[in-house]
Amino acid sequence: MKRVYVNEKWCLGCHLCEYNCAFANSDETDMARALKDIKIHPNIQVEENNGIYFAVSCRHCDEPLCVKGCITGALTINDGVITIDKNKCIGCYTCILSCPFGAVAPSEEGVVQKCELCMKTHDGIPKCVQGCPNAAIVFEER
Amino acid sequence: MAIDYFYPEYEVARNNDRCITCRVCERQCANNVHSYVEQLNKMTSNDANCVNCQRCVSLCPTKALKIVKSDNTFKLNNNWNQKTMKEVFLQAENSGVLLSSMGNPEPYPIYFDKILLNASQVTNPSIDPLREPMETRMFLGSTVHKIERDKKGNLINNLTPHLKLALPIMFSAMSYGSISYNAHESLARAAEELGTYYNTGEGGLHEDFYKYSKNTIVQVASGRFGVHKDYLNTAAAIEIKMGQGAKPGIGGHLPGTKIVGDVSRTRMAPEGCDAISPAPHHDIYSIEDLRQLVFSLKEATDYKKPIIVKIAAVHNVAAIASGIARSGADIIAIDGFRGGTGAAPTRIRDNVGIPIELALASVDARLRNEGIRDNVSLVVGGSIRSSSDVFKAIALGADSVYIGTAALLALGCHLCRSCHGGKCNWGIATQVPELVKRLNPNIGYKRLVNLLEAWNHEIMEMMGGMGINSIESLRGNRLMLRGVGLNEKELEILGIKHAGE
Repeated sequence: MKRVYVNEKWCLGCHLCEYNCAFANSDETDMARALKDIKIHPNIQVEENNGIYFAVSCRHCDEPLCVKGCITGALTINDGVITIDKNKCIGCYTCILSCPFGAVAPSEEGVVQKCELCMKTHDGIPKCVQGCPNAAIVFEER
Repeated sequence: MAIDYFYPEYEVARNNDRCITCRVCERQCANNVHSYVEQLNKMTSNDANCVNCQRCVSLCPTKALKIVKSDNTFKLNNNWNQKTMKEVFLQAENSGVLLSSMGNPEPYPIYFDKILLNASQVTNPSIDPLREPMETRMFLGSTVHKIERDKKGNLINNLTPHLKLALPIMFSAMSYGSISYNAHESLARAAEELGTYYNTGEGGLHEDFYKYSKNTIVQVASGRFGVHKDYLNTAAAIEIKMGQGAKPGIGGHLPGTKIVGDVSRTRMAPEGCDAISPAPHHDIYSIEDLRQLVFSLKEATDYKKPIIVKIAAVHNVAAIASGIARSGADIIAIDGFRGGTGAAPTRIRDNVGIPIELALASVDARLRNEGIRDNVSLVVGGSIRSSSDVFKAIALGADSVYIGTAALLALGCHLCRSCHGGKCNWGIATQVPELVKRLNPNIGYKRLVNLLEAWNHEIMEMMGGMGINSIESLRGNRLMLRGVGLNEKELEILGIKHAGE
């Protein structure tokens, strides 16, 4: 299955992936309208330390601890993509505690949010991958 | 200095309605132009630092940015224009030789733009390159005049070493040091994929790039940096650099700040120490001396490599080329006055040398008149900007061209002409690791391949339009060219007729 991978050798720490992610998960068609004057809560986040940058998002693990720990069945695996049903999520945050990558986060509505590889919003290539200026984020089989 | 004489030359125009304060511009600017004001939740800019490299404009996700020319105006004067006045202010302040990068930007005539191409109509059929075979392969080297046979009458292979080019375009010399590791890797990989050559410049060949040596031309220049036995023997050809179009008569100077780590090792120069290439080769003061170096290099490489001699296009270029053609060199490379550089004194760059079109036409004519044109191949560079420039150069008599600036543009360069600052935001002309990584060679090499494949296709289209199916039939075919708006003397030197003739 194709997943999002990050090569820190080419990551510039520009944070564009975060904004592309936030835009992809908004209902707007124009990025300026979608993201103007708001604090974004993207599903991919650039970690940085000492000049090393690395964008972290859901690894879509084969045996995901978040899905195992979900008490309501809100997190499920659909064709390898771990998805969240926000109607079922009660915001107990077990998944947040169990994810070793810190890739699940609370959303503004209280329930959790996570990367779903842009499956719900867009077809094909996730927006973080499309918008990466240095091909540091790739979407491929490994 | 108490008085600041300089109003910023370019201004950052930010559309605050579109700016989402993502701070990409701030993170991507090595010149610290952009910054974030937390209290206002707004970006602000220090225009004085802007070199107009367009990195922020290209990366801004909402297209909220553009860079505009400042309209601050000194009292208008056609003699003392703004640029001249600013240069006086600058030198009055710091008493330095003015430095510039990339090619001569001044409004001298561009002869390529005053030459038009022919096409077939009615009496001679044109060729569709999509349907019929079309040849853009070119061989560079000295042509053998005599067929030799052994006692049994079998042919003796007396062919001299040649370079085989799949398309008549090579990447010109740019050293590792003046450009980054990733830029070099992009050029090397593109040359390999395209079946052409890139050139190390005077910076040695990084150990990682020996694997591309079949597509590498190595340079021996006046500083002899990075030259050793393996370097010479691994290459496809060796280029002796006598001059460079951007700065004829001037040597090179790579500042110590760029001589770090691998650059120092590859150049065989001490870390942090300025690498100075003298203006002349101290062992070459005549064509006879040049001949000695040509044959030293041939001897060192067992006569298996063609030797290129690169000169800048200067006033008596034809006579110099005639001498070089008799020196044993296989290829002459001529670099026109618009050729690029990582750093050159502004006055030299903007005032020395002659246009490549005129230099090429006069060299080709001179060599043919003297019956020695076949001794050498001619490669020209110095602002070949498009496939039609390539085409016109070949019709004027070149065997192939060198492109440098166009290749850098493909890698992202926006000709901000600040290479000498060493803070290239595009990761090309810099050795700062966090800037170098901005050029991912996986993207870079592909863009170079795209560019040259597109040019090659356009060359085939133009050849087809003329009813020519082989680039060799185009070479020196000046009947395919006509001048527009040129005077008699210019037409005479170019060896072409005026349009309508």
